[in-house]
Amino acid sequence: MSKIKQKDLILYSGLIILGLAAPYLFSAFKVQLTYLCVLIVLAMTWNLQGGEMGYNTFGNILFYGLGMYLTASVQVGMFFPLAEWTESGGEKTFVHTTAQYFQGIGVGLLVSAVIPAIVAGAIGYAILGLRGHYFAICTLGLGIAAGEIAGGIEIIGAGQGFTTPPFPAEIVDTEARGKFFYFLSFALLISTFVFVKYIYGSRFKLILNAIRDNEDKAEAMGIQTMKYKITGWMCSAFFCGLAGGIMGGLIGYIDSTDVAFDGREMGVFMVLMAILGGKGTLWGPVIGATLFHFFKEGLWTLILGWQYVALGVLIVVIVIYFPEGLMGWLREKYPERFGEVIDEKDRKAQVELK
Amino acid sequence: MLMVQASLDGILLGILFALIAYGMALQWGVMNIINIAQGDLVILGGYIAYTMYLAGIHPAWGVIVSPIIMYFIGVLLYKLVINKVVDRDLFISILATFGIAIVFQQLMNFIFGADVVVAQSEYGTTMLFDNSVTLPNSKIFSAFISVLYAVALVIYMKKSRLGRAIRATAQNARAAKILGVDTEKVYAATFGINAALCGIAGALISITLTLHPYVGLPYTVRSFMIVIVAGLGNLPAVALSGMGLGLFEEFADYILGTEFRIGAVFMLLVFILVYRRFKLSKKREYLK
Repeated sequence: MSKIKQKDLILYSGLIILGLAAPYLFSAFKVQLTYLCVLIVLAMTWNLQGGEMGYNTFGNILFYGLGMYLTASVQVGMFFPLAEWTESGGEKTFVHTTAQYFQGIGVGLLVSAVIPAIVAGAIGYAILGLRGHYFAICTLGLGIAAGEIAGGIEIIGAGQGFTTPPFPAEIVDTEARGKFFYFLSFALLISTFVFVKYIYGSRFKLILNAIRDNEDKAEAMGIQTMKYKITGWMCSAFFCGLAGGIMGGLIGYIDSTDVAFDGREMGVFMVLMAILGGKGTLWGPVIGATLFHFFKEGLWTLILGWQYVALGVLIVVIVIYFPEGLMGWLREKYPERFGEVIDEKDRKAQVELK
Repeated sequence: MLMVQASLDGILLGILFALIAYGMALQWGVMNIINIAQGDLVILGGYIAYTMYLAGIHPAWGVIVSPIIMYFIGVLLYKLVINKVVDRDLFISILATFGIAIVFQQLMNFIFGADVVVAQSEYGTTMLFDNSVTLPNSKIFSAFISVLYAVALVIYMKKSRLGRAIRATAQNARAAKILGVDTEKVYAATFGINAALCGIAGALISITLTLHPYVGLPYTVRSFMIVIVAGLGNLPAVALSGMGLGLFEEFADYILGTEFRIGAVFMLLVFILVYRRFKLSKKREYLK
């Protein structure tokens, strides 16, 4: 046991050092690296939901978009009137000082984590009573409805969008903005990973798995499934909201359907990344998101204009041919590495049966 | 008079939705898949009629040409993708058809452009109640054609050999297979018929409403909603709930404003599902 732990320690410290050094090593790709961190967080939180609990959601985009709007609104609303800011280029009349900017984003991120979690808790009882594909379609509807409704609300910019506060001009270092958002997202990534890792070692994860495998039986065993389902969803919402808040600051501009409640891109990406890496594993979503991001960035510029066609084809291919993902495939191939003991006799007998 | 206007608009529109929902119910009942690309098939059918309009043919002929083309597209789609998701988890079919929907949207965007288009039928309008209610004749035409096709399809399903095979497969695919039904062919034909229905609906939408590459998903959601309210294979209920949805939408449009129309449709979906979930949970059951 101690040997494995030592190996883990080396792995984790190596990854953290790599993560801390990355913005200096790949200085030109800071925005991409920030995206990567956010994508991994989204994939991991989706996995908590879809992979562990078996509730395949398209609706986590709701919390992501909510977090984005909340962070920006709080950041502006703390110091200036929100309505005037969004009305007509308010970002030119009102300027945040450095202190105001960081105070605003700090409080904003706090709000953007707590409110989505509360929302998830509030709607959880109603929505999580649905199962399987009804849950999937219902959450899809929620995500899109949120986008459509946000696009009609005047105070947050309605159809023409919401410009988030620009990074304070008093900081002369041109690299500062990129570094700030990178380290913010990296911190989010680490805290998400630690949290998910903690869950993986807990009874909570087993309960979620029980719900996934057979909810009726889990209930019959005396587990109050609804309580755990809502808790699970709230955990996802918490980190999704934070990820959204950071992304809003990074992109600098919030549009209701194209950036915030972007079910067509982010909403599908998080499902796809988790499935690509392998649902229901700790490392699957991390690997899936990394692969997906490299693939996307590599291909996006090459096949300009055709990226959505490629994305659609990719979804179909992954879903049909690799529903278990990379980790699932590895698990099939090398079960011993995953701590599964295979009876050789049994395996041979099965082969003969075929 | 606004009430009468909205009601008539809603009912005529609802009949069109019911036609799409019938296709949805057909494939769901027979093949046990949920097709997110349903709405995009509708829009594609609409663009076929629009192309005819651009070529100088009256777009109303689209209701004959479009289903024929769409049938073959549907069969092709089945052979390429759908046959691999038929026996699997419903979520896989949702995700796979989501992928297809994205591909369709983008291809339509390339071919037909991202503008909102409409094919002019030049049927004129009917004025009712001293000119206070205007009713485009194209809407009456579309409702009439929808009813015509729906009735024809019901008769076809009852009487023809393929119709019986489809119904047998829906009841029990394995038993049908044992009794010599080529279920693979039945599935392909079912998906083709569904696509053809979408083609008809699309051609009608091209003359009554507007077309745009990215408006498919609301049609999918509408048909899904109608099916979960009406149940699978209950045609009168499908027609009724289609009209109900049409009414809801028109009134939402008047009361909340056009910018919230699509949002209201999606919220209605959430409310219907949640309502049914609470109703069933009293009996300790859940939506299956």
